[in-house]
Amino acid sequence: MFQNIGEMIILFWRTLQALPLALRHRAKVFEQLFEIGNASLLMACILSLFIGGVLALQAGSVLVERGMANFIGGMVGVSMAKELAPVMMSILIAGRIGSAMAAEIGSMRVYQEIDALKTMNINPIHYLVLPRVLAITIVLPILVVFSIMVGWLGGALVSHFNAHINLSLEGYFNNLREIVSIGDVLNGVIKSFAFALVIGVVACHQGLITIGGPRGIGRSVTKAVVNSIVLILLLDYVLTRFLMYFEAF
Amino acid sequence: MSSNNSQSVRVEIRDLRKSFGSQEVLKGISFTVERGEIFVIMGPSGSGKSVLLRHIIGLNRPASGDILIEGDSVTKPGVLAQYRMAMVFQSGALLNSLNVGENVGLYLSEHRLKTPDEIKRIVADKLEIVGLKGLEDKMPSELSGGMKKRVAIARALVVEPQLILYDEPTSELDPLMTVIIGEEILRLREHTHSTSIVVTHDRDLAFGVADRMAILHEGEILFSGTPAEVKANPHPLIQKFLHAEVQFQKS
Repeated sequence: MFQNIGEMIILFWRTLQALPLALRHRAKVFEQLFEIGNASLLMACILSLFIGGVLALQAGSVLVERGMANFIGGMVGVSMAKELAPVMMSILIAGRIGSAMAAEIGSMRVYQEIDALKTMNINPIHYLVLPRVLAITIVLPILVVFSIMVGWLGGALVSHFNAHINLSLEGYFNNLREIVSIGDVLNGVIKSFAFALVIGVVACHQGLITIGGPRGIGRSVTKAVVNSIVLILLLDYVLTRFLMYFEAF
Repeated sequence: MSSNNSQSVRVEIRDLRKSFGSQEVLKGISFTVERGEIFVIMGPSGSGKSVLLRHIIGLNRPASGDILIEGDSVTKPGVLAQYRMAMVFQSGALLNSLNVGENVGLYLSEHRLKTPDEIKRIVADKLEIVGLKGLEDKMPSELSGGMKKRVAIARALVVEPQLILYDEPTSELDPLMTVIIGEEILRLREHTHSTSIVVTHDRDLAFGVADRMAILHEGEILFSGTPAEVKANPHPLIQKFLHAEVQFQKS
């Protein structure tokens, strides 16, 4: 385990060192951006709409009983922005994109494509890792902002059309505007940026250390997803504490 | 990539040893390949042939011993980059996400050595040399095993290699394709004057192309010499390997 962590830190550092080459690899970055966006946007939209809706439904019934239905907008707004959108989108991307990255790089390793790159003096970190990590760190924060807004909309629709809650759209969004600040959205975006780095580095690392044919590729994909999710949840706690400290000032 | 403009290089392997875990795969290998020579390393599966090639091109690091190219140790930083080397992998190792043209021109495009138009022209030339003219837009998944190997050879040619390594170039190919690949190796030597090291367990290919050859068995070189000297060597393992035949008894 410690060897893996060490290797991932080294891979992250080498990817950072390769950043000046990003412009040169822009075509590959755009290709990855398109693939990630294309594969995740619809799913992110559906997931966020229902997360916002369920949040409003669960909280709504409790708040209505206590005569605080007006606070649903703020509650859904803050929860989506600071916690649910970044964490749920990161888990979605880890499962959908992290697994694909690990499988693709893993199969390139098993079928000697990475060795072929090395014999041509092409650095696999520059050619494979940099475009993927860069693309995911650009897409995930954008996807999170999108998810936050769709989640708010989901909450609004449920709050308005659910007969038990029956809150006006105006009332919902007025409360949301009153409680949610731009800092809350920024909080989620910062978290998602860190989670994206984790997914990209973990998935590429697992791909690069794949051995043993198709079974090895399968093992790498599973490890990439599980390790990413565990690290996202651990990092979420650490970042939440860290960001709370800054909010206090 | 290169600071050396000669068309071929001299390769010397000195007491090369390598272990994976407790298994010693290379047990003190030594031989020399002269400039422009086709040197064949022949031996049964699992004798360490491919591992030896991977050491020469720098994909593995030796546990001890040395590999010298024109007298420079490849373990020293920057030495490998001074020479133009290419390897044709057993599987071809074409990048499946790129088409044939992109695969062949990858070295030039990634290192920005030529303009896109020049790369197109060079790719077309190299594909024509290996008899695959006009296949630039095909994907690797659309090619047969023999075609993949020839694309891999074209990709290696783009580097204008001083040293070209072939790892089992005829494995999984039918006898007719084996002859074509063998002729290709000979023709490329005439064309590029590069040094070639061919690893194979295919006796027909080995004796067809070799200037000199070595017989590798369980990580050790049993004998090295010209094809005629190898054939005449009385070592029982060499004779057994050279004359192994399938004989089925019909009941």
